[in-house]
Amino acid sequence: MPVHEGVYGLIAEFNTPSELVHATEMAHRAGYRRMECYTPYPVEEAAEALRFHKTGVPLMCLLGGLMGLVTGYGMEVWVNTLGYPLNIAGRPLFSWPAFVIPGYEWTILFAGLSAAFGMLAQNGLPQLYHPLFNAPNFRDGATTDKFFLCLEAHDPKFSATETRVFLEGFSPVSVVEVDH
Amino acid sequence: MATQGPIHDPNAALDPMIDPQTGEYAVIAPGHNFKSVTQKIAGIVLTADTPWAWTGGLFLAATVALGVVIGVTWLVLKGVGIWGVTIPGAWGFAIINFVWWIGIGHAGTLISAILLLFKQTWRNSINRFAEAMTIFAVCCAGLFPLLHVGRPWLGYWLLPYPNTMNLWPQFRSPLAWDVFAVSTYATISVVFWYIGMIPDFGTLRDRAKLPLAKAFYGMLSLGWRGSTRHWIRYESASLLLAGLSTPLVLSVHTTISFDFAVAAMAGWHTTIFPPYFVAGAVYSGFAMVLTLAIPIRKFYHLEDLVTLRHLDNMAKVMLTTGSIVAYGYGMEVFMSWYSASHWEFFMMWNRMFGPMGWAYWILILTNIAIPLTTLWSRKLRVNVGYLFFLSFVVNIGMWFERFVIVVTSLYRDYLPSSWGTYRATKWDYILFLGTWGMFTFLFLLFARFAPMIPMSEIRMMLPQTKVHHPGADAEVVTQEAL
Repeated sequence: MPVHEGVYGLIAEFNTPSELVHATEMAHRAGYRRMECYTPYPVEEAAEALRFHKTGVPLMCLLGGLMGLVTGYGMEVWVNTLGYPLNIAGRPLFSWPAFVIPGYEWTILFAGLSAAFGMLAQNGLPQLYHPLFNAPNFRDGATTDKFFLCLEAHDPKFSATETRVFLEGFSPVSVVEVDH
Repeated sequence: MATQGPIHDPNAALDPMIDPQTGEYAVIAPGHNFKSVTQKIAGIVLTADTPWAWTGGLFLAATVALGVVIGVTWLVLKGVGIWGVTIPGAWGFAIINFVWWIGIGHAGTLISAILLLFKQTWRNSINRFAEAMTIFAVCCAGLFPLLHVGRPWLGYWLLPYPNTMNLWPQFRSPLAWDVFAVSTYATISVVFWYIGMIPDFGTLRDRAKLPLAKAFYGMLSLGWRGSTRHWIRYESASLLLAGLSTPLVLSVHTTISFDFAVAAMAGWHTTIFPPYFVAGAVYSGFAMVLTLAIPIRKFYHLEDLVTLRHLDNMAKVMLTTGSIVAYGYGMEVFMSWYSASHWEFFMMWNRMFGPMGWAYWILILTNIAIPLTTLWSRKLRVNVGYLFFLSFVVNIGMWFERFVIVVTSLYRDYLPSSWGTYRATKWDYILFLGTWGMFTFLFLLFARFAPMIPMSEIRMMLPQTKVHHPGADAEVVTQEAL
């Protein structure tokens, strides 16, 4: 990981989701792109204001499920016809209906694990350190009852003074500079 | 799940918990905000003084759980001969308890997955501890078949893996299906439960005062910070897991019913088993959720979050699934006559009037006669004491259902010369009781160290979450916020 130094961004704290969504929408219209909202529960309107719609999670889940189906069913067929053929009451070695359940279970198992770990991987979690945790008010509110908008310093439009003035225009509770 | 019609209680109109427009109990008591629900739920975990009743309960549960330690130790030393299983009753308590425990677990998945897909937001208050209940019930359930194989230290032979013996599982056996169904169920339940707790662990990390607690919950939260992009992916994953758990939970008890239905035994070899087992599982599971929820909401003063509405709704689910179970019983009796099979007919006669007929009538009394006559009454559905009593009644009934299914078909099968009986030994009882202790022990640990009610989901149910469209009424927004 590259070493980051200096300012990570500016975070504005709001009391209500409406103020957050409004500020985010305005920031997007003003041309800011590298920004993120932090809320104590999912606020879909904030995602819309960020123009964030698509996640890769469903695709990962689908691929995982298909992989589980092929692995599980294929293994059963191989085991019971080639790997270790057993004559059970004269029934065919390739008893496809009997193989359905384990194949089905592995489809679900692989799909579920892909969705869960795929989500964590896409979110970059676990990530125990993040610059935002340095902000004195972030940990008081972000997971309880406050709504934060962070405009990040690597946005081309970012300027420590102008961006602060811009954010203060939405009358937030506070605007705090966050260091790496 | 809205109850229609007027309220018969004249005082009900004055009750602040009742919505005057719908006559329905509120899902969450009015007057809560983000901070108050967080403080309430996180406070249970982060409090410095552990309630003495919790410590006492944990001690008691640990003592009872010693039954597992002792029972398993003696079993390993002596072998399964210490149990009452023998020919013809080769499936005794081990299978009864396995099916019973795993059935209890099913309500947790139903609440967390199926009710999520149906957008039943009232489930948010109870889904976390119902999921915990699922996991602990599966732990207890998994113990029994593993011990029943005789040499549990070779249990990994059930799994398909390349080995020097060149042996592989035989996938045409329902017992091999069970291994896949139950192991997948346990894994996905744990993952779903943990993923659900990550944001709440973040809250606990941020509110914890002790450095040890901060580090503990910090690790568990994986560094969750509530980013909107994270939330959207998280919601997507939750919905997918719910969508996957729904067919999973149905398949697990279906597979378990195949253990019976695939065998050519009178009383087992029926097509009604899968739906009837699934309904029975949900029935007993909801009873267990009530057994746990009622004391917890009282003890931790969570009546605002786990309201009468929840109890009422759960009782309605029990009424529905109980009726399906009653239909299953009726159909079994009907088919034993209509099939014109001598063996089926004898099995049913023996089940009702044979030497173990008393078990059948206990089952009818506790699963049908008591619950299905009284749960129609709204007054009784919101009577906390009655529901608590009923939850035990139904769980006893569902245990007897499995007892009746397992034992009565086996001990008098086709050939009268091979008839026998089944008698559980003290080791059967010690181990069964021990799993009760183990379940309670694990649940008490969960109640103390993990958020019992999902805080992020409760926040979503509060009126403050409503987002006003920007610009149009900015002044109204700030006024309402204040």
